[in-house]
Amino acid sequence: MIKSFVSGILLSIAVSVSVLYYVPIVKQVRENSMITVIPNVGNTEVFHANVPMDRIMIGAPRQASPLPTGLNWSDDERFSGIRAELFKIRNANETVVGVASRIAGSTENDDIVEWVLHLPARGSVYLIMESVADSGGYRAGEMRAGTEEFGDLLGQAIERWVADTSGDEYAPEGKIELITAFVAVQEEL
Amino acid sequence: MIRYLLPLLGGILTGLGLMYGFLYYNPMSSANNLSPLSVTENEVVRLNYSAVAQDTLIYTNNGESQIAPYPAKVQQLWETPIRLTTATATVLSDSRGQVAGIGVKFSSRSEQTNILRGEILMDSVWHIYLPARGSVFMEQSENYWNYIRDIVVPARWSSGDNWRGSWLGNITAGPGALGTASVTGGSGQFEYMITEGVELFSAKAYSVEHGPVAMSSEIAIEIPRSKD
Repeated sequence: MIKSFVSGILLSIAVSVSVLYYVPIVKQVRENSMITVIPNVGNTEVFHANVPMDRIMIGAPRQASPLPTGLNWSDDERFSGIRAELFKIRNANETVVGVASRIAGSTENDDIVEWVLHLPARGSVYLIMESVADSGGYRAGEMRAGTEEFGDLLGQAIERWVADTSGDEYAPEGKIELITAFVAVQEEL
Repeated sequence: MIRYLLPLLGGILTGLGLMYGFLYYNPMSSANNLSPLSVTENEVVRLNYSAVAQDTLIYTNNGESQIAPYPAKVQQLWETPIRLTTATATVLSDSRGQVAGIGVKFSSRSEQTNILRGEILMDSVWHIYLPARGSVFMEQSENYWNYIRDIVVPARWSSGDNWRGSWLGNITAGPGALGTASVTGGSGQFEYMITEGVELFSAKAYSVEHGPVAMSSEIAIEIPRSKD
């Protein structure tokens, strides 16, 4: 009887440790990366957010109808020059692969437009964009920091608005497209 | 047969109890209540926010988690690749309680989570904009083990399904060697700054039904001295 009791203790501890060690507790779902390699440019990948359906939040002063409904945007004067938006981000296959924040700020000293893309299974990217778009509607920017898969990369990004021309009743108004081109940082020998 | 089966079952239950006790009082995890930045001689920017969902601008998740999205009509992150992710946008205050700027936090459950080592991890990033000063990006791995052990589990054990007390803990666990977050400056006076930060929680009340009821958080970012 004692042997059975001790065996039970050892068995349950061994099984518990094995399960906790070998069975992953968290498993993030990965979509295939849709990367195109362009010579002298790097790994190019296009993300987009369909507007308005992928927009989670628009935080800006004096909005007639805030998004989401019930958003209590601060009326502090420091927020008067901020426009903060949150989106779901899709890959070229129209699959949601992450979330993103876009913050545009305007002060006496500085105007900024920045993105943070957060792709749970891959990592995050911090993009600093030019404050003014060029005449073609393109806004260029650079990657300032990255995490996980993007941790050792550097590169550029372009933001542009692509209006929908399909005429489909249920089509989005358009999409905000982010074209990224990243290359690995060469380590010094 | 039954003569051996009952002691075996008793042994299994005892083993499971011992295992639970080992995990709860895990010797491999340590209380992490002290900020590594508390000993720095550099300036530290401290930003505070309420960690209660209803006090934020928005808080959203997959809609099935314990903490309900706020406001109620905010889009939920139900798509499979983002189901284990939460997004928060909140007003950040300085140490005097004045509005300092806005912060957006994305957190995803980490595949590096290892209960045997006392690690319940979240990979999170902050996108912070302080209009008078500039913007920063903060990347951190957060360990919620102590928070769950000291607050969530006692709340579930409590007959009232809640916890009240005073708990202060540093949830930042990396990627810095001292358990600090990695901070990159984006614009303004923080432009091109590479430094470290930590995030601390101060909890006073927790409900099993609603999650944190009274909890604030502090983001501390070290500002390196200028080299010129």
